[in-house]
Amino acid sequence: MPFLWVGIGGVVGALLRYQLSRWVSERLVVSFPLATLVINVSGSFLLGWLTRWLGVWLPSGLAPTAMLLLGTGLCGAYTTFSTFCYESVILLRERRLQTAAVYILTSLVIGLAASAIGLYGLPAGSESTH
Amino acid sequence: MPYLAVALGGGIGACLRYLISEWVGTVHGFPAATLGINLAGSFFLAWFYTITLERVAIHPHLRLGIGTGLVGAFTTFSTFTSEVWSLLAAHAYLWALLYVLLSFVGGLALAALGFFLAHWQNRLNLTDDVSEEA
Repeated sequence: MPFLWVGIGGVVGALLRYQLSRWVSERLVVSFPLATLVINVSGSFLLGWLTRWLGVWLPSGLAPTAMLLLGTGLCGAYTTFSTFCYESVILLRERRLQTAAVYILTSLVIGLAASAIGLYGLPAGSESTH
Repeated sequence: MPYLAVALGGGIGACLRYLISEWVGTVHGFPAATLGINLAGSFFLAWFYTITLERVAIHPHLRLGIGTGLVGAFTTFSTFTSEVWSLLAAHAYLWALLYVLLSFVGGLALAALGFFLAHWQNRLNLTDDVSEEA
């Protein structure tokens, strides 16, 4: 059974990534792999957020299954590491060193930050106002 | 049809990743499964995209299903960032740094290797064709 949940999540995650990449490349003329960056950052946030809240909201019998479907399956397949590496190598190959450096560093830094916000919430200072 | 190819590849890629991570898991708390998956996938994707671009004739939907679908879903960025925070939360700062460095430096180096391997193979094929014609 776990393979069914991971598989369904994987189908949806890969389709979302494909559709979003197409949507971005059809509308924005950017010579920067913006779609993959947006996908990896939003997916990192979502996986952190699910890790934090699924166990709180769902009964303990349901939470592990939901995590297989939405976490391992959907978020795992929606985000991608191989496309990120391939796009970076293409940028380096085209001698666009600055663009490659910006892509690699923003993926790492914003991806880690998004994951932390999902896992732990915003830093204390910014949400203690109300 | 392209959607079917991406969906099929995505389902298989995610299941393969789950299978390997259940099998290998973490080694002394280090996320070895995800690291191996991301490194292997990065090498394969760069090789596959490059070799199918010029030399190996392959249906565009099959290329999409294997590249965007299967390998794209097999490798993962969100699990990587999540595991970096797990290591940091466990105060395994050096392991977290090592995980980030091995994933990024290793992934980029292996993707470059796959890219150049495919180029080299393409050139080999090209010279073979030329010599056959001559």
